[in-house]
Amino acid sequence: MDLDAVLLARIQFAFTISFHIIFPSFTIGLAAFIATLLVRWRLTGREHLRRLARFWTKIFAVSFAMGVVSGIVLSYQIGTNWSNFSVVVGNVLGPLLGYEVLTAFFLEATFLGILLFGWNRVPPNIHVLAAILVAVGTSLSAFWILSANSWMQTPAGHEVRNGIAYPVDWLAVIFNPSFPYRFAHMFTAAYLTTSLVVLAVGARYLMKGRFPEEAKTMLHMGLGMVAILAPLQVLIGDQHGLNTLEHQPAKIAAIESHWDGSKPGALVLFAIPNEKEERNSFEIAIPGAASLILKHSTDGLFPGLKEFAPQDRPPVFPVFLSFRVMVGMGVLMLALGFTGAWLWFRGTLFQTRWYLNLAQYAWPLGFIAILAGWYTTEVGRQPWIAQGILRTADAVSPVSFGAVLTTLILFIIVYGIVFATGIYYINRLIEYGPRGTAAETAEGLPSRPLTAAEKAAHDAIEGA
Amino acid sequence: MDAIHYWLPVLWAAIIGAAVALYVILDGFDLGLGILFPFTPEEERRDVMMNSVAPFWDGNETWLVLGGGGLFVAFPLAYAVIMPALYLPIIIMLLGLIFRGVAFEFRWTAKPNHEFWDKAFAYGSITAAFMQGVVLGGYLQGINVQNNAFAGGTFDWFAPFPLFTGAALVVGYALLGTTWLVMKTEGELAVNARRWSKYLLLAVLVIMAIVSLWTPLLFERIAERWFTWPNLLYLSPVPLLTALAAFACWYGLNSGREVLPFVSAVSLFLLGFLGLAISNVPYLVPPTLTFWDTAAVPESQIFMLIGVLVMLPMIIGYTVYVYWTFRGKVREGEGYH
Repeated sequence: MDLDAVLLARIQFAFTISFHIIFPSFTIGLAAFIATLLVRWRLTGREHLRRLARFWTKIFAVSFAMGVVSGIVLSYQIGTNWSNFSVVVGNVLGPLLGYEVLTAFFLEATFLGILLFGWNRVPPNIHVLAAILVAVGTSLSAFWILSANSWMQTPAGHEVRNGIAYPVDWLAVIFNPSFPYRFAHMFTAAYLTTSLVVLAVGARYLMKGRFPEEAKTMLHMGLGMVAILAPLQVLIGDQHGLNTLEHQPAKIAAIESHWDGSKPGALVLFAIPNEKEERNSFEIAIPGAASLILKHSTDGLFPGLKEFAPQDRPPVFPVFLSFRVMVGMGVLMLALGFTGAWLWFRGTLFQTRWYLNLAQYAWPLGFIAILAGWYTTEVGRQPWIAQGILRTADAVSPVSFGAVLTTLILFIIVYGIVFATGIYYINRLIEYGPRGTAAETAEGLPSRPLTAAEKAAHDAIEGA
Repeated sequence: MDAIHYWLPVLWAAIIGAAVALYVILDGFDLGLGILFPFTPEEERRDVMMNSVAPFWDGNETWLVLGGGGLFVAFPLAYAVIMPALYLPIIIMLLGLIFRGVAFEFRWTAKPNHEFWDKAFAYGSITAAFMQGVVLGGYLQGINVQNNAFAGGTFDWFAPFPLFTGAALVVGYALLGTTWLVMKTEGELAVNARRWSKYLLLAVLVIMAIVSLWTPLLFERIAERWFTWPNLLYLSPVPLLTALAAFACWYGLNSGREVLPFVSAVSLFLLGFLGLAISNVPYLVPPTLTFWDTAAVPESQIFMLIGVLVMLPMIIGYTVYVYWTFRGKVREGEGYH
């Protein structure tokens, strides 16, 4: 297979996984948020908490459906597009994905039925339990998939015989060197993402004077999480970076756009990396600052890109750029969290309109950061698909260029229609808001997840 | 070959076979409802049809992930050969499942302009069902393998037999769908479903007869498997039980029974599945690679087996619980919306 077909297969996988990752990274936190709301409702009996849980459950249902259908595609694409990858690492990675299906997918998919449709069918405590189990399922799913991904970055607990990887020590495979850091980083990112959405929706309602009770709860819960998790994420990210330096120094060199390892690394704020001449054009940098971060000393040395043969280097610019986008989002989150916490402490949070006005537009920050971070780590792993074991170019399936191109076009069309519509519907649900659904259906059968959007549609038509 | 190397792959083939069979049954009636959508234009009835599976479809579809994922875990080489060989049907099936899946959530919000998502549900289901049949037929007709890798063409599956099995599976899923409606609904919808079930049952029996004749004619190894003595004797219960299931289904439909038609339609499917399995054992990639040729190392299979032994009873337990929670008839106008 020629290189173009490899690139096409990569574009296809990058496209489908980029769409997919948005939804689980939102639903992991959202499931926990809903479970927390329901537990608080059971403990305090405050009805607005249940209304909020119902409201977010509808959004969860739409997001989760999109996560499921786009996730199934991935589980098959590993075989359809990366069959040699399956052969070479299947013995090691297969069981990790298998455990994800057995411990997580069935749990979340099955109890989702109870969570969505069980509001009045099962006793309240069972319903709360279902919400908790869905949250546990989404977290377990993250555990296994990140373990598998980390193994591709920092393989351990295996041996390679005749080009095929075989498991030797399962605990070493699962808890491979980068896994604890990656899991902490991604899990925190997922919770941050959801918290930012919750915070933004609360701010949006408060700005318009709608649902004040629910809005204040959302502001407090969302902001509380952001204020704690954003600084925590900086620490975790730093540790993750040190771990990457130890195990994937080429990725760090690309992130820092650091060419010459014999000199201390400058913190490059912006540059155009020039791969041909092995230097940066238009560099704006703080001398020694990257060494300070990575080696805790301004004259510490860490490997530069020149120490790696050109065919062993990741593409520099995408890694360099996406890392900066991620960090930029993180800085915005920090600012949002600190400012909000200060206003909260002063007791003026709900009255500070400039802050609420900004916060209502903060919902995309987490998504952008996750996508950018994901590109950093995945592109930074190149040219390897499994670091040191198998190169991406050697992993593709014997599928024709035309077939991959056709399906890529189909994916772009289908995902364009389906996911644009889904996001539009989620926005409509948010526009409709947590109206008195809890009391409304007390005597009847449980409500469908999208009833609210449906009503919103009718309202919109009547209002027009 | 020692016992571990012999029996582990056999056990794993049985587990994956069971997962695929469960998927075919469980998502079969979900997809069947989508296939019936074009024949049920009334909005209220479509609501009821969708509501009858809405709490379950997500769990049902997960068996597809276990089937595909299980193949990757236990037989990575088979996974690596089969998936590229059936590249287009598999991807198109997945695209069909995307439309079908999101339609469950999107259809309600689009009302009263939900026509697009009605179509998405119907044609997504039909596409997925047809392509699953094509995958089955393309798999059965054999995959061109050289040096442990797929060596055939992009359109090898575009042949009479896979296209026939594609159409056959659409008809079969429709039967699962109609008998599900006989069980889960009432009123005119259930009456219609009962009438349709009879036609569909006859069609399924004709299809099963054709496949039973076609496969031994097409593949000598299958003819040898079924029509040599004493295999003929040992395997005779399969067609006999199939006839019994067909009779039970027919009887149940004519005598007003509500559960029997569905249960016997499921039995028909399982027997058909068993028949195909018998035809191909021990080949996992017919006609070249066996369970043992494609198996992961025992360390991987054992590690995963522990998970299956612990988790599968729990999964089955809570799946039954959810079905039990939402038991009984789904009525018009009082769905979940």
